[in-house]
Amino acid sequence: MSTIALERETRRPTEAAVEPGPIPMSRVVGVEFRKMFDTRSGFWLMTSIGITALLATSAVILFAPDSELTFETFATAIGFPMAVILPMIAILSVTSEWSQRSGLTTFTLVPHRGRVIWAKAICSVLIGVVSMFIALLVGALGNVVGTAITRTEAIWNLTVTDFALIVLANVLSLLIGFMLGVVIRNSAGAIVAYFVYSLLLPTVFGMLAAFQTWFRDLQPWVDFNYASTALFNATPTGEQWGQLGVSTLIWLVAPLAVGLRLVLRSEVK
Amino acid sequence: MITVDSLTKKYAGFVAVDHVTFTASPGRVTGFLGPNGAGKSTTMRVMVGLTPPTSGGTTVAGRRYAELPNPGRKVGVLLDASAQHAGRTGREILTIAQRTMGLPKERVAAMLDLVGLTGAEAERRVRHYSLGMRQRLGIATALIGDPDALILDEPANGLDPAGIRWMRDLLRSFADQGGTVLLSSHLLHEIEVIADDLVVIGNGRVVAQGTKSKLLKAAGTVVRSAAPGDLTRALMAAGITCTASGDGSVRTSAEPAEVGRVAHAAGIPLVELRSGDGAGLEEMFLELTAESQREAGSHREAVSQREAGSQREGAAA
Repeated sequence: MSTIALERETRRPTEAAVEPGPIPMSRVVGVEFRKMFDTRSGFWLMTSIGITALLATSAVILFAPDSELTFETFATAIGFPMAVILPMIAILSVTSEWSQRSGLTTFTLVPHRGRVIWAKAICSVLIGVVSMFIALLVGALGNVVGTAITRTEAIWNLTVTDFALIVLANVLSLLIGFMLGVVIRNSAGAIVAYFVYSLLLPTVFGMLAAFQTWFRDLQPWVDFNYASTALFNATPTGEQWGQLGVSTLIWLVAPLAVGLRLVLRSEVK
Repeated sequence: MITVDSLTKKYAGFVAVDHVTFTASPGRVTGFLGPNGAGKSTTMRVMVGLTPPTSGGTTVAGRRYAELPNPGRKVGVLLDASAQHAGRTGREILTIAQRTMGLPKERVAAMLDLVGLTGAEAERRVRHYSLGMRQRLGIATALIGDPDALILDEPANGLDPAGIRWMRDLLRSFADQGGTVLLSSHLLHEIEVIADDLVVIGNGRVVAQGTKSKLLKAAGTVVRSAAPGDLTRALMAAGITCTASGDGSVRTSAEPAEVGRVAHAAGIPLVELRSGDGAGLEEMFLELTAESQREAGSHREAVSQREAGSQREGAAA
């Protein structure tokens, strides 16, 4: 049976002259996108974006005082789970190739690892931005429903600029996760590192700034978390943009460059 | 065609692959044989660009692997059947390969059919697969791009006897249609039945290579008698170098006809007289295996046997 089937399936030597075209980048992105959804864990991770957005919205409607039922409150409440889930999505998209060892196939079918990593970055950012719009939509619904329940007037105090800045902040923290995935290439390790990065590091910097005067002026420039909070408050000043740029360079761009070098040169086992 | 040219891979402290050179030709099954840790997998990983070589290189269809525009369409690769996301279904894993290579959707079902995975099995997640099913899925992934060459690392692992037979027929017909097959194994008998050419590797070095028939021919004659001592003496008196094995058989490089004539002249009744198919290869292979630390016990045994043999040879000289 198998012999007959194979005769049909395998190549005829005369066809060898037909050269298959190179794999277009759009196809690599498409495949990587599919891979983010096609496992049970991946599926639920994606679904959790919607679920947590709904939970956060319900919590605001239930527990927030009527005066606080504004669009900004909803947006902030939804922003918290997002800030955790989005980096996880980015981390796992990279690390699963190593932790689950699927990279053996991935990097054999696409031997240019940079393209695969680049495709994963595109997918992660795309999912991050789309998630923020879903959050916006859920928040808007919450605002309408919440104020309808309390019979107060809906307050739409979130400008387009505010939203754009929040999206940028979330994409940046997603990219921090992505960077850690590339550098560490182990799911558990990268997730732990992300929490060290986002929870422990700010505390350390805060204490350093509190006790060491020389560090106080330096902190906005070297503390990424500190610099990125500017995006949540109001329109950042030119200096704040500069601080964000410098700290992003230190904590995101530089380690990502090192991580990419490692990924391109390392052995996939 | 697959070529490996003076490939060397060094790790801190040891050399995994040491100037390995060989060619796997179209239309032939090349068996890559060696004990565990000999450097087979490392060589194969270098071939497909997963491990950077220290020096030397490999080509597939005349090009470096990374230069192939769509490698899956040229070379089917199976390095480790278990290296898959455990949460994906078998069908999904094939679909990812099909999409990456830009193949028609129908290839997925065709490949499942070819490797004998049922529709229900294809919908199960790979974490629930047996090793044999994973191997079949891995073979399906390797074949889906309709490649000219196959690189398979221990593909028979975990397959039952019927599965091994199936694999053998599959690879045979692939090669018979002009495909190049390179498959590794640490089991001589497994590879002996399918390979046309053999490359034997030990401690990172190629220790023997050539066509199977040539390598097996070099094995000489095995002869057995109720009185191996008398037989050895008679052969040596006739100027035939021989060695007595521990199991009472005597091995020599002389032709069976000549051995029979000597035994007949000396009046020694023989129990067995045959050409030592594969015996020499097997011995060499066992020695290689024994040199790895894992089988320290059999190592001592092999050494003492070898020493006993050379003493007898010495006595004859």
